[in-house]
Amino acid sequence: MTPLVHDLVDDLGDAIGTDRVRVGSAELSLYRRDASNFVGNAAIVCFPLTTAEVQAVIRACVQHGRPWVARGSGTGLAGGATPLDGAVVISLAKMNRILSVDPDSRLAWVEPGVLNLDLTKAVQHHGLHFAPDPSSQQSCTIGGNVANNAGGPHCLADGVTSAHVLAMEVVLPEGDIITIGGEDADPLGFDLRGCFVGSEGMFGIATKVCVRLTQTPPTIRTMLLDYDSVEDGAATVSAIIADGMVPAALEMMDALCTRAVEEYIHAGLPMDAAAILLVEVAGLAHSVENEVQRIIAIGTANRARSVRVAKDEVERALLWKGRKSAFGAIARIKPNYYLHDTVVPRRKLPEVLNKVYEIANRHDLLVMNVFHAGDGNLHPLLVFDKREPGIMDRVLAAGDEIVRVSVAAGGVLSGEHGIGLEKRDYMPLMFDPADLAAQAAMRAAFDPTGLANPTKVLPSPAACGDAHHAPEGAWI
Amino acid sequence: MPITRRRARGSDRVDLTGFAVAVGADGPVTIAGLSSRGGAVSGVRVVSAPTGIEWIQADEMIVSCGAATPVADLDAALAKHGQCVVLPRSGTVGGALAVGRSDIRRLGYGHLRNSLLQANYVSAAGEIVKAGGPTVKNVSGFDLCRLLVGSRGTIGFIGAVILRTRPLPAASQWFTSARDPWSVLANLYRPVSVLWDGEATWVLLEGHATDIAEQAAKAALQPTDGPPKLPTEATWSMAAADLRSLVGSTGFVAEIGVGVVHHTKPAPERTVPPASLALHARLKHQFDPSGRLNPGIDVLGVR
Repeated sequence: MTPLVHDLVDDLGDAIGTDRVRVGSAELSLYRRDASNFVGNAAIVCFPLTTAEVQAVIRACVQHGRPWVARGSGTGLAGGATPLDGAVVISLAKMNRILSVDPDSRLAWVEPGVLNLDLTKAVQHHGLHFAPDPSSQQSCTIGGNVANNAGGPHCLADGVTSAHVLAMEVVLPEGDIITIGGEDADPLGFDLRGCFVGSEGMFGIATKVCVRLTQTPPTIRTMLLDYDSVEDGAATVSAIIADGMVPAALEMMDALCTRAVEEYIHAGLPMDAAAILLVEVAGLAHSVENEVQRIIAIGTANRARSVRVAKDEVERALLWKGRKSAFGAIARIKPNYYLHDTVVPRRKLPEVLNKVYEIANRHDLLVMNVFHAGDGNLHPLLVFDKREPGIMDRVLAAGDEIVRVSVAAGGVLSGEHGIGLEKRDYMPLMFDPADLAAQAAMRAAFDPTGLANPTKVLPSPAACGDAHHAPEGAWI
Repeated sequence: MPITRRRARGSDRVDLTGFAVAVGADGPVTIAGLSSRGGAVSGVRVVSAPTGIEWIQADEMIVSCGAATPVADLDAALAKHGQCVVLPRSGTVGGALAVGRSDIRRLGYGHLRNSLLQANYVSAAGEIVKAGGPTVKNVSGFDLCRLLVGSRGTIGFIGAVILRTRPLPAASQWFTSARDPWSVLANLYRPVSVLWDGEATWVLLEGHATDIAEQAAKAALQPTDGPPKLPTEATWSMAAADLRSLVGSTGFVAEIGVGVVHHTKPAPERTVPPASLALHARLKHQFDPSGRLNPGIDVLGVR
């Protein structure tokens, strides 16, 4: 430990107690990365319990000129919580209390370390739930959801995290504590709440979050449609939307993924299908039944080979288990995967998927697709064994091309994983220098210190021309 | 392969070149729409954003248009595709977004800010800037669109937008009830609007006609022609939970479950803590250091 770090450790220990300031090499190694492939290095990990302690930690970091990185469960996939340059990792995992629930106004105040699914479990007896449901919902935190503006399969109808956050208590990077947004309908001034959601830990730390709770639908019907071609499945997706329906979820799996999942969980998925669609409609009974019939008709018109409507909750759970078991299934094929996240216009899904297959073939890689088709949110999974010599170069090269074809098709870099380190240097694909300067201006207003999770999201001018540039201090 | 600049500006959206020239880079300037929300700043050079619908992609549920497009025109065009936008049905698209106030359907439709996917605006430096992206889901970079909504033209002048649309409902009906609005709200599944004037409750239900009828019967609602007349003198912003404090008073229509109160009396004074004031000032300074955009408009001074 350098003398500089030693002094900071002393100050942090004075601020929150030495038992919650850790510098052991074994512990630090646990916080070198999130769930992405980027590995950094942390100088110190600390575990505040209160807003005042978060404030004290941030002030100590500022006083020592040391960057800091807020962290929830570390389930992020873009390197947003990977510490660089010997940053201080501020774990919010121990701030995990549900502070209040108001079932009449359908909102709750929670600490950032509350797990997404735990919140829904705590309010479901009121007929309510927290709508964002990322696939990591059993382990990801509300604070992490806020930082990444998290989505999930059921955000098609109800929107991503930003639509479900009313207010936050935030410690700004200079150490001030403010409330942004509010329980009141139209808080004064700029929508600071909306600016903060999705800022990937670069605008401050939310220490309390007021979330909107959503009424759980009284009727839910889940359908499985299977196809001989991806094009027919994608055409069904567009036709459903064009017919004036916004299903609760609209998910697609391709042939390879479907076979892997079926062999893993035996849900009765059609092993010979080129694509399957999982469609869920929710709401009041007559509306739901009407939509079920319309979706069956649209699917049939688009050459669905069969339509299976779950007859009860057991069958519905089985179908969803198939969708949610993709990662477990893939692990049986190859030990490693790289999960991508781009969004393309729905109408471009067949074209882009074909290009994804072509890219994977050219790089001699296996690719599976399981994704949120309803909002065009692709998740190509490159599966591989990293012990194979040279494989990582091929995986990264293929990923690079997948990102480019998505953006070239009129899409965007990320639908729900965020930019972090992974896509930072791709930002110029979507944004001109003036656009990026405006985003940097937002960041500068929230963080004049520049110490809040620096070097994420926004490319440095030197890196703009080189997509393969590995962020300094990180390795893949 | 080096990253190259994306396609030329203007190829996929409303051309803002002339608008940017009009805004320029020097001197005070204000933007005018249809003056339905207060209009332009007086005594200052006035510019107007482009108007007109660029395209409607019904199967993507998105629409691209100039910011000066009247919301009524946009809704009329979208209605041919069975869709609409979640903006108040008056004035221009840009005006609705700049002011950032939803209409009485907010309980069911959500805040209008969630419908803005991409905004192309002209900055205080006279540059065309893109915020957000064209897809319904997008977390690519910081959410500049949210800063623009409600900023009343003090951050940049919105020139063109891509909005998310929603399907028009199969059926729609206003109801009224003498029961207290909170019990009405508790007995309904996702009503579009619940209004209360201290005595009566109004409810807007949308969806399948049979569902509407069953919901109405369950909550003992009586059909009516439409919502009550809303007081226009003042708009209060309250927490939904605090609306009960209005029991016993008159001269208002409150949006239950939302917290907006349309009132005949001036809104109570609201205070802004110093740290929030400082953050607002830093944002304004970053985006418009000389204060040339809509000078005199104070987003914290709105009641």
